[in-house]
Amino acid sequence: MSIEAQTLHRETFILNLGPQHPATHGVLRIKLTLDGEYIENAEPVIGYGHRMHEKMGENRTYAKFLPNTARMDYVAAMFNTHGYVCAIERLAGITVPERADFIRVITAELNRVASHLLWVGAFLIDLGGFTPLLYTFDDREQILDLLEAVTGARLTFCYYRFGGVCNDIDDDFIAGTRKFVARLRSRMAMYHALITKNVIFRRRCENIGPISAEICRKYGATGPVIRGSGVAYDVRKAEPYSIYPRLDFNVPVYDQGDCMARYLVRMDEIVESLRIVEQALERLPSGPIMAEKVPRILKPPKGDCYFNVESARGSFGVRVISDGTDKAYRLKLRSPCFSNLSIFQECSRGMLLADALALLGTLDLVIPDIDR
Amino acid sequence: MPISTLKIKFANIAVRTAATPDSPVTPLVIETQHATKGYDLDVTVPVERVVDAARIMDETAFMLEAISGVDWIAEQQVEVVYDYTTVISGARVVVRTRVPRMTPELPTISDIYPGANWHEREAHDFFGIVFTGHPELIPLLLPEDADFHPLRKDFGA
Repeated sequence: MSIEAQTLHRETFILNLGPQHPATHGVLRIKLTLDGEYIENAEPVIGYGHRMHEKMGENRTYAKFLPNTARMDYVAAMFNTHGYVCAIERLAGITVPERADFIRVITAELNRVASHLLWVGAFLIDLGGFTPLLYTFDDREQILDLLEAVTGARLTFCYYRFGGVCNDIDDDFIAGTRKFVARLRSRMAMYHALITKNVIFRRRCENIGPISAEICRKYGATGPVIRGSGVAYDVRKAEPYSIYPRLDFNVPVYDQGDCMARYLVRMDEIVESLRIVEQALERLPSGPIMAEKVPRILKPPKGDCYFNVESARGSFGVRVISDGTDKAYRLKLRSPCFSNLSIFQECSRGMLLADALALLGTLDLVIPDIDR
Repeated sequence: MPISTLKIKFANIAVRTAATPDSPVTPLVIETQHATKGYDLDVTVPVERVVDAARIMDETAFMLEAISGVDWIAEQQVEVVYDYTTVISGARVVVRTRVPRMTPELPTISDIYPGANWHEREAHDFFGIVFTGHPELIPLLLPEDADFHPLRKDFGA
């Protein structure tokens, strides 16, 4: 066939990716318009896991909504609960005892490490490498065991309460966590040798799926996505909350904006989170774990307030509007994955399908968090 | 961009009200305490000014974080809330406007912030707010044939 005839016969076709495709990690559907292997348009179709958490927040009391918060981003459930309890505490004027704040930060950062470890394993599977998952899940398992001992759950923790946490950590947890921090730290070199230095992995990630800082700003993409694009934006530093201002940690930033940058940000964040956990354990004060006189039926005064936390995936925000009753008048949940996914259509244009899946992987999506 | 400069910029487009009939008319641009409210500036604009507000935010390198609705059924109004933040200082600006509950219509800002596209579709799903000029205002999270708006206060659940 002559070149002319080939161009005449060039046509696009539509392919459905998901909602049950292994690379979409849950019920995400992407309507692809392909020109051969190249993407002309990739339109995410979401809402398959939509449960209307915001309405549930309006028709039950503040405390009864707590379990819901763990069921949005179930991979890093601590952060959603943290954002929610902090928003209500801000509105109701509840001060959390120091020890509870330390415990919250320790457990939240452990959860961040667990979430990033899961992501590394799953991302490598997206790229066709199975082995790293076995290593990361080995480490993640240890965190889940530690958290299970204090929270009673392995995934959908509902550990924080208005005014503190529901269960104190014991010596076993502290010793176990110290042991785990040392163990994972010693294994980071192994991870870098296994993954970061792997030439196939590098070829699949370097210069693939570049995202600019401007696109992140226009779409509201946060977390490791914006930090992989050269912007040192971290809610823990930008709007310090809890005990984070008292701890010494860095915000990893990489300028390239490609898949490799986002991968390296998360790997560095694991190390930074371990530092945070270590410092918090060292300075852990004694004292109560619950504020005194938090009413059983909470009725925050009329008004609204906003609270943001840095979840494992970006900026998670809660807006509460209270009308003075025991139920929220309006509860807005701003999920990081929702905004992070919204850049996909623009960024994937013209990419090879296999590369776009690498880009999709580095966005670290949890579908129930998008759909809420 | 310091909050005081933003305050002046917004003063030109904000809704003007008087606290009492005798007191002077002032623009509704309120500086708030981040520690108690979670945001630094609370701006109320008339419906036709949301695009101008978005433009001010865009020019000053703010990021659009979310767009949400609130159904004030007693007042027969729907409030639309835009949350902006900046990666530079962590300052937060809230822009609000109110539309009649029976005809909730206001212009889209998706041509300034493409990320608004999904947030506006979500607000349309939940409240039935119509964003005029939106490229495809079809259900995002709700089923494609949904004709209900679950976050409206008169929607039973």
